[in-house]
Amino acid sequence: MATAATEIKVTPEIAAEHGVTAEEYARIQKILDRDPNITELGIFSVMWSEHCSYKSSKVHLKRLPTGGKLVVQGPGENAGVVDIGDGLVAAFKIESHNHPSYVEPFQGATTGVGGILRDIFTMGARPIAVLDSLRFGSIATQGDVDARFTRSTKTDPATLAANRRILDGVIRGVGHYGNCFGVPTVGGEVSFEPCYSQNPLVNALALGIARKEEIFLAKAKGIGNPVIYVGAKTGRDGIHGASLLASAEFTEESKKKRPNVQVGDPFVEKLLLEACLEAMRTGAVVAIQDMGAAGLTCSTMEMASRGGTGIEIDLAKVPQRETGMTPYEIMLSESQERMLLVAERGREYEVLDVFKKWGLDAVVVGTVTEGGVAVVKNHGAVAAQIPAHPLAEEGPVYNRPLAAPAPRVESEKDWFAFAPEKTNLTENFKKLLASPAIASKRWITEQYDTSVRTNTLAGPGASDAAIVRIKESEKNGVMRGLALATDGNGRWCQLNPKVGAMHAVAEAARNVATSGARPIAATNCLNFGSPEKPEVMWQFSQAIDGIGEACTALGTPITGGNVSFYNETLGKSIYPTPVIGILGILADVSKALKVAFRNAGDAIVLLNAADSRSRLDTRREFSSSEYSKTIGGIVAGEPPAIDLAAEKRLIDCLVALADTGDVQSAHDISDGGLAVALAESCFAANGLGASISFNENSPAEYALFSERGARAIVSVSPTNLAVVLATARQCNVGASELGNVTREATLRIELKEHAAIDSPLDVLRDVWANSLERLVVTS
Amino acid sequence: MKFGVVVFPGSNCDHDAFYALGNVLHKPVEFIWHQSQDLANCDAIILPGGFSYGDYLRTGAIARFSPVMKSVEKFANSGGMVLGICNGFQTLCEAGLLPGAMMRNSGLRFICRPVHIRVEQTDTPFTNAARKGQVLTVPVAHSDGCYTADEADIAELEKNKQILFRYTTPDGSDDAAGNPNGSMYNIAGICNRERNVAGLMPHPERVVESALGSADGLVIFKSMVEALVGAAKATA
Repeated sequence: MATAATEIKVTPEIAAEHGVTAEEYARIQKILDRDPNITELGIFSVMWSEHCSYKSSKVHLKRLPTGGKLVVQGPGENAGVVDIGDGLVAAFKIESHNHPSYVEPFQGATTGVGGILRDIFTMGARPIAVLDSLRFGSIATQGDVDARFTRSTKTDPATLAANRRILDGVIRGVGHYGNCFGVPTVGGEVSFEPCYSQNPLVNALALGIARKEEIFLAKAKGIGNPVIYVGAKTGRDGIHGASLLASAEFTEESKKKRPNVQVGDPFVEKLLLEACLEAMRTGAVVAIQDMGAAGLTCSTMEMASRGGTGIEIDLAKVPQRETGMTPYEIMLSESQERMLLVAERGREYEVLDVFKKWGLDAVVVGTVTEGGVAVVKNHGAVAAQIPAHPLAEEGPVYNRPLAAPAPRVESEKDWFAFAPEKTNLTENFKKLLASPAIASKRWITEQYDTSVRTNTLAGPGASDAAIVRIKESEKNGVMRGLALATDGNGRWCQLNPKVGAMHAVAEAARNVATSGARPIAATNCLNFGSPEKPEVMWQFSQAIDGIGEACTALGTPITGGNVSFYNETLGKSIYPTPVIGILGILADVSKALKVAFRNAGDAIVLLNAADSRSRLDTRREFSSSEYSKTIGGIVAGEPPAIDLAAEKRLIDCLVALADTGDVQSAHDISDGGLAVALAESCFAANGLGASISFNENSPAEYALFSERGARAIVSVSPTNLAVVLATARQCNVGASELGNVTREATLRIELKEHAAIDSPLDVLRDVWANSLERLVVTS
Repeated sequence: MKFGVVVFPGSNCDHDAFYALGNVLHKPVEFIWHQSQDLANCDAIILPGGFSYGDYLRTGAIARFSPVMKSVEKFANSGGMVLGICNGFQTLCEAGLLPGAMMRNSGLRFICRPVHIRVEQTDTPFTNAARKGQVLTVPVAHSDGCYTADEADIAELEKNKQILFRYTTPDGSDDAAGNPNGSMYNIAGICNRERNVAGLMPHPERVVESALGSADGLVIFKSMVEALVGAAKATA
């Protein structure tokens, strides 16, 4: 599409090129009571794009629980805000940057991090942590299995290599932005499935802290107040990023969309952060909104709409880094590191001076007006004139058709076949530890600054959740902390979107509780295929039901997030992949629980809150596990059944155990099952091993590698064992002693008096610690 | 006694140095803005880590020309105590206050992880509270930390005992194995000939409380405090 000038006459064909349907075009004509000019069409097209308007998801998102006594700000603002006590609040949100990260991995990832950081400091909160939830196509042939075809997809070598390149670019991008900006990247996930080959998922979560009374909202107020543009200059980058890149599926032509990807500058963002927080402290800032998706369009229109006012701006005053830009281009540019704010009339110089001090452009570009109309002028001539509220709030809403896919025809022969009893599983275990999904992500996370700002109590892998302390909360030597975890399991959601989504919530909450913190609120990033496909909308609707049910049961309301549709390439959708971020409060950071075993001789106790009677057929359930995928080359069946009441009991039990200080370590059982959890607790404790012996009435592989929920392992000193077992009983959580932490650095697991796994830890650690680097760097 | 922490646009470890000195060691400390030429009567200056001016040209290359550096140079040349951490070390090299230069890490990637450094000299204001041979666990976080100098400069550093810290393994036995970035002779930190200006790539300000895993960085700041106390006594 040509970058249009004002003179272009708008026709329904041009509207269609903008992704505006005939019905939507008619609605535009009705709101304006005339035909739009090209700039106005551009404005409508981005504001009504799927990415900005949530037109296909709105009707479903309403079903999510969003209220709670700690929720200060729910969905609809730049970020969710929760009360964390002592007059402090936490602002947090997760957002996707999937398509740009495929087209241009480094810049796509940097601007994803930059966008979510701006969302946080726009609220007046200083960002203190970032987590990244990343999903890539297969990078190894082992475990290259797609749930949609059950058996190996045989991703070709060129695609495996391309996926490694995308991974490398995304990692560098995520690292570059956070490292330079000066916020620690403390956690997240990295996983691999064939369906993400041409559509990686890059979801970034940021967390910030503010005093409760210092939270800022994006509502234009005060007729006559000046509207100020601050930050980087506007260029031609990112035009139609939100509408054409984020709101359409990929084709062979997609690589040509590189000019639609924005370019990030973390240095300018750092200046913008400091300047914005300083400007806010002057008391002269009335409202502020970042320019993210749909840039100047979205920020002006939404501020006016939320404030119930009009707005008038003159584009000639907008700082520009290129000459000859048309109003269309200026309004639709997605140049990064820009903000729009409203200042108190007469005090604008206080604000302008702060930005000048930080060397940033700050220009009064307009005023808040009466009457609700947004007027965009260029050198005095009206370039666009649109009623703000109808544009922002009366856009199309679709209740798109849903259709459950035809039931999968499954038979037992599709399912994982367990090895005969008494098989030694050590070799299989090594392969599992070496698989990209299970292997240590150290090679990746060492490229992120994890300790800047000196708040990181538990960075990547140290605890099940990332833990940061809040220096401002110090009272009598005690500091409060926040724990954050993100989780998602696309493979399970593909097999059963509702149950898979519930697992994502439960695992994130469990991870937070395993760190010792009480889960209090959630944010979600909903990555799906095209909403125009009834099966995708059905997956979406099912996932929303699952998230809603789980968040209600676990007491973690959704405070914000985003929806990313059109994650498909050449007509193939990704797995439905809701990613959940959960925030928890730790009343005293010195009580945080970590993964590492601490002392030889401590008892290793399995906490299991689930009722075994609700189990599915073991073979069917196990066929959806990481072990089945990696070792058996099979992805089929169903995710494990979920018991939310059991998850809640386990959470309460873990929080109670952390509070009393009776356990030495805690680690949840998830990907790779009990055996992987035990190995990770050994790896984290340099030099200690574990000796385990138990009986279970199921096949050894199921006992060791099943991923069913509501379970965790804790280590306990012998003197505290009775107390811990009693606490578990009180919480109605099953607790059984599996074995001991040993001084000998060996992992030995006996089942029914037969060694199923027996290996020196060094051997296991080598494959676990180094596989990812070997795969990406040397293959 | 007062410490000054310089704030360049893009500094991002300024708050951490401030917190270590002010909140952990309870010493007077203030920020000094890059456009100021007034060092506010500070007795020691910290150039903190970060990406000064974005570091787009070369690390520290622009910071070196900022107004505050004129005063810092004057202060250093008159015997004032200056410590550069990470980007601050890079800036001191660019300014010519310390010899050598920093190249990209040998692995060409940003690295953030705890490393081990051995204290090589204790007769400096930055290491007087440490033991010779003491191994400290301190994190690095940089892309450009590969210390490089010509052989004549290295010979001078050796001759004058200006190498303060070397990367090593936890037991201090194998320096090359503990070198994260390819620095020549495993050099992690140096001082000038007069011993009043020092720079190091690892971040001691991040490890001043055992709650965060290590308090090994404290010894460097405590050394500076002791040196300042000693100097004050000497002039009294």
